[in-house]
Amino acid sequence: MTLLAVDNLTLAFGGLNVLSQVSFTVEPGQIFAIIGPNGAGKTSILNCIGGFYRAQQGRIFFDDQDITNISPDRRAAMGLARTFQNIALFRGMTVLDNIKLGRHAHLKTGLLSSLLYWGAAQREEMELRREVEESIIDFLEIEHIRNQPVASLAYGLQKRVELARALAMRPKVLLMDEPVAGMNAEETEDMARFILDIKEERDVTIVMIEHDMNMIMDISDQVVVVNFGQKIAEGNPRQVQSHPEVVKAYLGEKRER
Amino acid sequence: MDIFLQLLVSGVATGGVYALIALGFVLIYKATHIINFATGEFMMIGAYLCYTFLALSGIPIIPTFILVMLCAAVLGFLVERTILRHMLGQPVISIIMVTIGLSSILVGLTEIIWSSQFESFPPLFPRAPLDLGFVLVRSTLAYGFAISMAAVAVFALIFKYAKAGVAMRATAGDQMAAFSMGINVKTMFTFAWALGAIAAALGGVIVGNIGGISPVLGAVGLKIFPVVILGGLDSIGGAVVGGFIIGVLENLAGGYLDPHFGGGVKEVAPFVIMVLILLVKPHGLFGKEDIERL
Amino acid sequence: MRIGDFKETYAADEAVFRTGTVRLWLGLLGLALAVFPFVAGEYLIYMANITGVAVVGAVGLNVLTGFTGQISLGHAAFMGVGAYTSAILTTRLGLPFLLTLPLSGVVAALCGLIVGAPSMRMKGLYLCIATLAAQVILDFTFVHWESMTHGIRGINLPPPSIFGLSLAGGQAFYFVIVTLAALAVTACRNIFRTRVGRAFIAIRDRDISAELMGINLFRYKLYAFGVSSFLAGMAGCLLANLLKVVTPEHFPLQLSIQYLAMIIVGGLGSILGSIFGAIFMTVVPEILRSSLGLLQGLDPQIMRYLFPLQTVIFGLLIVVFLVFEPHGLAEMWRRLKAYFRLWPFEY
Repeated sequence: MTLLAVDNLTLAFGGLNVLSQVSFTVEPGQIFAIIGPNGAGKTSILNCIGGFYRAQQGRIFFDDQDITNISPDRRAAMGLARTFQNIALFRGMTVLDNIKLGRHAHLKTGLLSSLLYWGAAQREEMELRREVEESIIDFLEIEHIRNQPVASLAYGLQKRVELARALAMRPKVLLMDEPVAGMNAEETEDMARFILDIKEERDVTIVMIEHDMNMIMDISDQVVVVNFGQKIAEGNPRQVQSHPEVVKAYLGEKRER
Repeated sequence: MDIFLQLLVSGVATGGVYALIALGFVLIYKATHIINFATGEFMMIGAYLCYTFLALSGIPIIPTFILVMLCAAVLGFLVERTILRHMLGQPVISIIMVTIGLSSILVGLTEIIWSSQFESFPPLFPRAPLDLGFVLVRSTLAYGFAISMAAVAVFALIFKYAKAGVAMRATAGDQMAAFSMGINVKTMFTFAWALGAIAAALGGVIVGNIGGISPVLGAVGLKIFPVVILGGLDSIGGAVVGGFIIGVLENLAGGYLDPHFGGGVKEVAPFVIMVLILLVKPHGLFGKEDIERL
Repeated sequence: MRIGDFKETYAADEAVFRTGTVRLWLGLLGLALAVFPFVAGEYLIYMANITGVAVVGAVGLNVLTGFTGQISLGHAAFMGVGAYTSAILTTRLGLPFLLTLPLSGVVAALCGLIVGAPSMRMKGLYLCIATLAAQVILDFTFVHWESMTHGIRGINLPPPSIFGLSLAGGQAFYFVIVTLAALAVTACRNIFRTRVGRAFIAIRDRDISAELMGINLFRYKLYAFGVSSFLAGMAGCLLANLLKVVTPEHFPLQLSIQYLAMIIVGGLGSILGSIFGAIFMTVVPEILRSSLGLLQGLDPQIMRYLFPLQTVIFGLLIVVFLVFEPHGLAEMWRRLKAYFRLWPFEY
């Protein structure tokens, strides 16, 4: 059974081809990595899956549904969560509120009951607080910063809060754009551990873009390689590593003599 | 038919003046991405300065124009250096509100310095209306139109060909890139404010010459928002086209509808037109949609 | 010095007023507000009433502009819609005040939704200018829809009453205004304890990622417009019944700007800041007026400068706050409290 399928995706801005006919499938429980040189179109793939970009051609299937024409907020409600390359936290909110916001689509409080904050609305918030504390804040070890405004946090912690917010969305698939970029070795190790835990304990499938080859080789189950908007290779980490096209894309072509 | 032509021609003339004022707004927006709500007040100050030099000090017309432009440049310079420089990187609402606050300061100062009496200019141009053969145009409007168009052409040429203009365009395209290419971005901001203030002040002189001056002259400045929104905030050509569209349509609407509404249609028509066009084209007629990135 | 502020339940940690000390101060404030009209003179009560109306309006605008990030230059026009609604319903249909009050809010909210509808496709400056258009067009409507609004002559209202109890005097109406202001503030504070308020702030901070987090941008922007213009409409209704007359001159663009100034001076995105801002921007011009009045003995001409000077100071306040204290009075208050929390052991 396939959880996420990208079929023949083609995206262009004006005359610029960003993606051409990219296809792949993600199975449940995988850590699925997308790699490739800068500007290859990796983030654009995530943007298409998340619904921020509309592809000119091709379809996207998630959980046996065609989501190509579904709005981003509804995709999120269906279980597609996302972390960003350049951290996209809400800077005016505390860590706790950022995480709570992730649960938005699963909450019910409407405008009128929010004005009253009585009965069901209050109970829902209390339940949310308990759950966020117990299953997310504890898990990611960020108790000490829960009431801080996110803008004041160090980079590595912001990345972790972003992961926390994504987890609060109760994702089936977690799209992560360079989760360890700019982190030191220790932070990278922590993040890798979190990713593995999320996959194993929470049944979350992970689609991740990353440049850190060691981490890719260590934790991913399946890898696709894109270059110039096209898929050039796919397979398990070992296969991909020795694939001639991949070597060419990363190391350049041997000059013909 | 005669009435229609009359309205059309004076609409085109008014539109030309709007184009100049809108240009004052666009020059600043293009280089600095700041929405200047004080454009109308720059106009007002320009008009009062012109009145002071011309009527109160008896300076001849050409030196007066030069003096007004110099003073406007200094005003733009001061405003940028003392206020807007501190607002770099602030959210849009703060920047909008700072220029609104600025306009309030300028209106108050004008009233303190010049009192709030209504004044009119001594005649600058021959009084005889211009006869185009099929319609007559008021001389103040006709000359105003001519001066506006000449000024718009000069500004457009500066922006397109002069070294400083090219640097300004580069800054508009990408501030960081321009900065790393050795363009002094801050100087460009100041330059843009000075140019924008000059354009607005000239527009104010023309408007003041047509209808007299008072501290509410700046209210005309509100009409540039429909103009620049239609034309796209950062397009000089768009400002000109938007100016003509608004000038003509508001004149026609005023001419034909005022009797039914008891006046005031000219003031509201630009906004109605703008809303109607925005409903169809949310980025105006010429504005381009930014590709947003994550 | 306060220490040992530990919470044992999440509910206690989520409470708005988190300690007994704060609740005590709040009680004292309530008591002071209740006693005030019995000790203050007519003029002070009038000032308090005007301030109360400003609080309702400012809180409403802050929800839309400060919290959701949608700049509105049409707030005064929505107040006007509320004021005219109440005047027309009162004089034409003889509806009681208790009915016209919510109805004014509802009609203004409907106008707000219409103005907010383009937010589906426009944002930022374009939307801001669309609200400016709403202000100009509604202003025109107030003046020129003679059959309904009586043009520039306006509409006179009879003194309001609740269940036969006349609210003609400022004292009686004071209690209506204070109650309503308290309700408005509480309701808006509540919004930001739930997902609705979080969605508002998320839209302000980063609308694109808010959408990817599952927030329907259009719906929540409309909510913000609705809440904001509903409160503006009620504020307008209160103002109409306080002044007992409605004319177009009461709701110019200048008033919209004044409300924006209130929330900037008070603190964008702060409920408490809206209250501070409303008080500050109502009281400061009065102080200015009376202090210039004192100087009148020295130079009788001085009152001529009163109005322009007010305009200059108004502008300066906006600029100075934005440049030096962008988070407004609310932030100054927070620092003051932080100082006294540890006082006298600062280090």
